[in-house]
Amino acid sequence: MSSKYSSVTIQSKNSTSGRYAAAKNILFTTLFLISVNAHATLNIFACEPEWAALSQELAGDKADIYAATSALQDPHHAQARPSLIAHARRAQLVVCTGAELEIGWLPLVQHESSNPAIAVGQPGYFEATHYVHLLEIPGRLDRADGDVHAAGNPHIQLDPRNYLPVARALSAKLSELDPANAAFYAGKLEAFGDKWNAAIKRWEVEAAPLKGQSILVQHRAYPYLEGWLGLKQVAELEPKPGMEPTAAHLAKVLGEIKQHPARMVIRASYQDSKPSEWIADHAHIKMVELPFSVGGTENAKDLYSFFDDIISRLLGGLK
Amino acid sequence: MFKYVALCVSLLTPLAAHAASDNQAAVNEELRTIHQQIQQLEQRVQQSAPAASTANAFNPAISLILSGSYGSTEQNPATPASGFAMSANDSGHSRGFSLQESELGFSANIDPLFRGVATVSLAPEGSSSVENAFVETTTLGHGLNLKMGRFFSGLGYLNDQHSHVWDFVDQPLVYRSFWDNQLADDGLQFKWLAPSDTFIELGGEVGRGRNFPGSNRADNNGAGAETLFAHIGDDFGISSSWRTGFSLHQTKQVDAVSNNVPDALGNKFSDSFTGDSRTAGMDFVWKYAPNGNPTVTNFKFQAEYFQRKNEGTLTYNTATPFSDSYSVTQSGWYAQGIYQFMPFWRAGIRYDQLDSGTAQLGSALVGKVISNYGFTPTRSSVMVDYSPSEFSRMRVQYALDESRQGLPDHQIFMQYIMSLGAHGAHQF
Repeated sequence: MSSKYSSVTIQSKNSTSGRYAAAKNILFTTLFLISVNAHATLNIFACEPEWAALSQELAGDKADIYAATSALQDPHHAQARPSLIAHARRAQLVVCTGAELEIGWLPLVQHESSNPAIAVGQPGYFEATHYVHLLEIPGRLDRADGDVHAAGNPHIQLDPRNYLPVARALSAKLSELDPANAAFYAGKLEAFGDKWNAAIKRWEVEAAPLKGQSILVQHRAYPYLEGWLGLKQVAELEPKPGMEPTAAHLAKVLGEIKQHPARMVIRASYQDSKPSEWIADHAHIKMVELPFSVGGTENAKDLYSFFDDIISRLLGGLK
Repeated sequence: MFKYVALCVSLLTPLAAHAASDNQAAVNEELRTIHQQIQQLEQRVQQSAPAASTANAFNPAISLILSGSYGSTEQNPATPASGFAMSANDSGHSRGFSLQESELGFSANIDPLFRGVATVSLAPEGSSSVENAFVETTTLGHGLNLKMGRFFSGLGYLNDQHSHVWDFVDQPLVYRSFWDNQLADDGLQFKWLAPSDTFIELGGEVGRGRNFPGSNRADNNGAGAETLFAHIGDDFGISSSWRTGFSLHQTKQVDAVSNNVPDALGNKFSDSFTGDSRTAGMDFVWKYAPNGNPTVTNFKFQAEYFQRKNEGTLTYNTATPFSDSYSVTQSGWYAQGIYQFMPFWRAGIRYDQLDSGTAQLGSALVGKVISNYGFTPTRSSVMVDYSPSEFSRMRVQYALDESRQGLPDHQIFMQYIMSLGAHGAHQF
């Protein structure tokens, strides 16, 4: 910041024309004031609400956090809206899922915001999937297989155990970008780790009846949740990942579950409810709408109540 | 590999001592994380080793757009709109089956400072042309961006959108007549994004002026065209967002010859114009999706208006010329709505209108050049398209084109647009 201030004085000294110097002074002073404002707290642009919530847990009041999408939006298909570009312009840190989840909109937001600090590879760019062991890494890449992600399934936010390594890396990132508050961030991380570990234990006890239960899913979004809770996925309603369910494919799924019965069908709250409703009606199983992130349902208000709600809704599906 | 084992052992020793304490779960968690990190490191080592040894690792992203159409029109597609014979007149339509432009795109970071983009358009007749070829800065910061080369101008809303994202088979009449469908000039573009929560973007361009409404002037050292534009945008709640823009453009035409221009006596001659061309425009787009989630249903409304003043000297009938002063103000607008009523399916309507204005003629031209056509060209279009994925789209379009006086034209088009390879994110 001091370097920016000195650039103001240098610019005005070197200018010869008085009016030009005045205009330049105003411009640079404005830029300076803006940058001071931006530095007062860390400006974080979170691609999805779960990372906004985690950033909030780890940064407290030291950060200004903007969530680019809501849990009612499909994070694959957000649009590079003017408001996103405007917020990315001033961000010092972008916290995203990665693994190509945001490939349809984030590159454009990064580019259009003309903010080099958040470009891929810069310290201001953080991908959560980088710190988690990804599942379903495809053996081959072909768009005939639908919306496959080369790096693996990106929906890591549905296994609470994944938040611990991400939190550690994110906390280190906060300290790197804002070293003055490093001790504060370290304290926040420790508190979060303790509380989160305790919560995981509690959820695992509550979710014990779900172990080994068979489910249908609308989108291939649940390998991490299934792995954590021991759920068994029988079929997907989407014929290919990312392609909306068709009548023909739903009929096929209905045939499959006659062989391998499922207890419930699961969909994210941002998804069209019709395919799940149709299969639930015809197979006489429960339809369970799950929040895909914080804010996806009325009860999912923060990271803790997000998982509380997932488990209580899944348990409801067994009744 | 040996290093990891050593690392593991050294990490495990103190942890094992701790394990006796009551913190068993935390230790297990720690072990799991370390195990994961080792796996990831191994993975990364495995992945990066072969990549480093191949020359292709730094290849740019490559995309190819394939597109074709069937068209049925009652009138010759080359017939200009009444009053616009001296404007650009490429309808973009062909009768019968035809391959449309295939578009080959390359893009990559050049080095830490620059990014490069090139789009080569392959015409069905076999010729190819450079549609876009520009480099731009990536690290200026402060919301600044400098572009150099050939690029679609930032004026209006539709102008810098590639044809494969158009919502109709063709451009609005006002884009056809005023910008030869799309203005791409050779030059510089400078943009600044304001550091505010509301999206405010200001931009300026200087260019060669090689395309209509300019005329390529090889003897000119200065800029042949200048453009200024401003874009403002934001959200209304979580379900809708909007962007509006204002544009100014000016250029010169020198000895710009237009053929088959109707005159006041019922003949058609070649006329030539030299003078200034100044255009101002406004654009607005509003997008709505329930909860901001466009995957199931969404709606888009957009409208643009342009007004142009041409002022200079007109030479009537270049074979036996009469020259005098000539000035005319023309305008045009369109409005369209596109509704995705269910996944895969969209329907859209568009209305187009042009105003050819009343020309002020010098005395030598009076009685020869038509000053007022007394006709308002209009067109109404409807379309339905089907996109089984974001990489493919098929479309049917019907239009009632009443842009030529006394020659109503019922038009039917069918079109496919598919993209292979890298698929860049779409603009708002």
